[in-house]
Amino acid sequence: MKYIEEFQDPALARRLLDDIHATVTRPWALMEVCGGQTHTIIRHGIDQLLPEQVELIHGPGCPVCVTPLEVIDKALEIASRPDVIFCSFGDMLRVPGTGRDLFQVRSEGGDVRVVYSPLDALRIAQENPKHQVVFFGIGFETTAPPNAMTVHQAKKLDIPNFSLLVSHVRVPPAIEAIMQSPSCRVQGFLAAGHVCSVMGVREYPELAARHRVPIVVTGFEPLDILEGVRRAVRQLERGEHTVDNAYARAVRPEGNPAALAMLEDVFEVTDRAWRGIGVIPDSGWRLSERYRDFDAEHRFSVTGINTREPAECRSGEVLQGLLKPHECEAFGTLCTPRSPLGATMVSSEGACAAYYLYRRLELGTVPAAKTAATAPTAASAPLEASPVV
Amino acid sequence: MSDTALDITGWTCPAPLRDRPRVVMGHGGGGALSAELVQHLFAPAFGGDVLAQLGDSAALSLGGVRLAFSTDSYVVRPLFFPGGSIGDLAVNGTVNDLAMSGAEAAYLSCGFILEEGVEMPVVARVAEAMGAAARAAGVEVATGDTKVVEAGHGDGIYINTAGIGVIPDGVDLRPQRVVPGDVVIVSGEIGLHGVAIMSVREGLEFGVDVQSDCAALGGLVRSMLEVAPDLHVLRDPTRGGLAASLNEIAAASGTGVVIHEGRVPVPAAVANACAILGLDPLYVANEGKLVAFVPREHADAVLDAMRAHPLGRRATVIGEAVDAHPGLVVARTALGGTRVVDLPIGEQLPRIC
Repeated sequence: MKYIEEFQDPALARRLLDDIHATVTRPWALMEVCGGQTHTIIRHGIDQLLPEQVELIHGPGCPVCVTPLEVIDKALEIASRPDVIFCSFGDMLRVPGTGRDLFQVRSEGGDVRVVYSPLDALRIAQENPKHQVVFFGIGFETTAPPNAMTVHQAKKLDIPNFSLLVSHVRVPPAIEAIMQSPSCRVQGFLAAGHVCSVMGVREYPELAARHRVPIVVTGFEPLDILEGVRRAVRQLERGEHTVDNAYARAVRPEGNPAALAMLEDVFEVTDRAWRGIGVIPDSGWRLSERYRDFDAEHRFSVTGINTREPAECRSGEVLQGLLKPHECEAFGTLCTPRSPLGATMVSSEGACAAYYLYRRLELGTVPAAKTAATAPTAASAPLEASPVV
Repeated sequence: MSDTALDITGWTCPAPLRDRPRVVMGHGGGGALSAELVQHLFAPAFGGDVLAQLGDSAALSLGGVRLAFSTDSYVVRPLFFPGGSIGDLAVNGTVNDLAMSGAEAAYLSCGFILEEGVEMPVVARVAEAMGAAARAAGVEVATGDTKVVEAGHGDGIYINTAGIGVIPDGVDLRPQRVVPGDVVIVSGEIGLHGVAIMSVREGLEFGVDVQSDCAALGGLVRSMLEVAPDLHVLRDPTRGGLAASLNEIAAASGTGVVIHEGRVPVPAAVANACAILGLDPLYVANEGKLVAFVPREHADAVLDAMRAHPLGRRATVIGEAVDAHPGLVVARTALGGTRVVDLPIGEQLPRIC
């Protein structure tokens, strides 16, 4: 765990920043794919410290944000049934479906439980044989292997009252879709390190070559991000476009063979809709034929889903890097974490939530009565001079 | 009242509550939802000038004596955790609410709500813990009540305590007294209680050796007031953590608050647990810490007094009140950036990956 402190070292960060400033000669637009990286960038103010020429564009890598509204509405419908115990990771509970969320279902009497592992849901199924126990299996290549293993276990142990509501998505097809967009401005990618720790990097060389973009596998601490930016900028300045692993302490090129074998056994690749973006070919996983009995969508006849996306929500453009959160007219007014229009505002990894939580002061979206004229850096100056500090 | 009879349009200021037609867990989380429930539903329903102050304890004047009066309920799971129990919490929590007014707790009441089927030795252990905590805090449990609910209608034991104490002459602790230039001091390492609870909660055991910081703060406050009776405000950052306390003070005082994130004492085990779970230590609960806004000229003396007390050894200046951005808390990050530290909405939720 010493990694956490070491990878937040201000002196080392300064050296990396100096190197980036010295390297950059012209504007570059990089996309950090993962929402966790977005939050590190905004929470630590990294984008404020980079040269003006380096623009960070926030990518679609927030699993909560990209889960389609239809799937969330299905979850709400299933969770409302009296014989169902619906289990989910915590951050899905506040994501708005059409008109309500899972917290609301729970307050109306639904048995909705927060779990910290899909195996907890399987245990709940064993302990409650008269109930159907459903686990909300969303996320990228990071959460898919444990969910696959849980279904594998359910089949092996013959636990008939467990099922998975699946909405897993894959990163490389999303990168492909972003690069094919006519309005794409992305010139380089910071790939999500935890995804690569599972999948390895074998899917990336072809992408990097075909679209002539550097792809740097990047971790999640502040120094990881700065090193990722540094390597990407260095490649761009040299006209290179290779795959570079800047997260070697966690990522082996071949990935995690055990996790890959589990994915291969339980899931099969399918087209998948991404909330706010649309259907991306081959961008998701579903349970393979052998495990279809454990698919909640097969088990429960979910009908009458009538999804309604708020017309004002432009999170799709945010997810594609076409719009910065504060450029949306609803940002900070109609849409706040308190009353979110879209998942990008409610998810702990959502770009809109990051901007709202950490950046309101500079963006001028502080409530009028509280708006201040002085910049935060100036405000903190007296503290530096304090005799007691 | 049935759901259909509920007419929220008749409430004094119902707007913020309209989108939550039923109570959700976040209403008890100590964040924005909790504040809205109190400010827009309870306070208008009860009326009264004292309640309208919305302090951790009420400041009363009876027969010429200034009293602090406070109540709190304890619904923690599990009942016993590293560093304490629901019994310790029920005493120390109310003692600390009084201490934040500058009062020394004198008497407590104690209301037990027991669930049918709870083992008697468990009740005894909790009661003994309460007695020991009360003796350590120098307070007497003077009255009480016991109710039993049917099996399945509770989590074993719920406890309510109320407390009363005398506020010394010359002591006036209110957020409205905070002025730009005040120094913000935190009494020690944050996040220990919240992480200790999470480390033993069902389904979340992660082998972290963290003890709750549960403690009565009356003695520490007394030491601080001895050297600086003119302290402006004290808060114990329980639910919602340091972030919630700082936001409440900023909002009530109308000043801005700037903290230096790198100066906030966060133990490595807390930082690591939060990193794993995707939580921010600033929002994690404490049960034996306080945050003080101190006039700049008294800051050195207060800091020395705190560090001389066993519960304030790691007292640290973390920031100050400023003219800029009134009502808002801003953190300077260790790398040199800035960010807003907002009031939490409800409970923090561990992230998905």
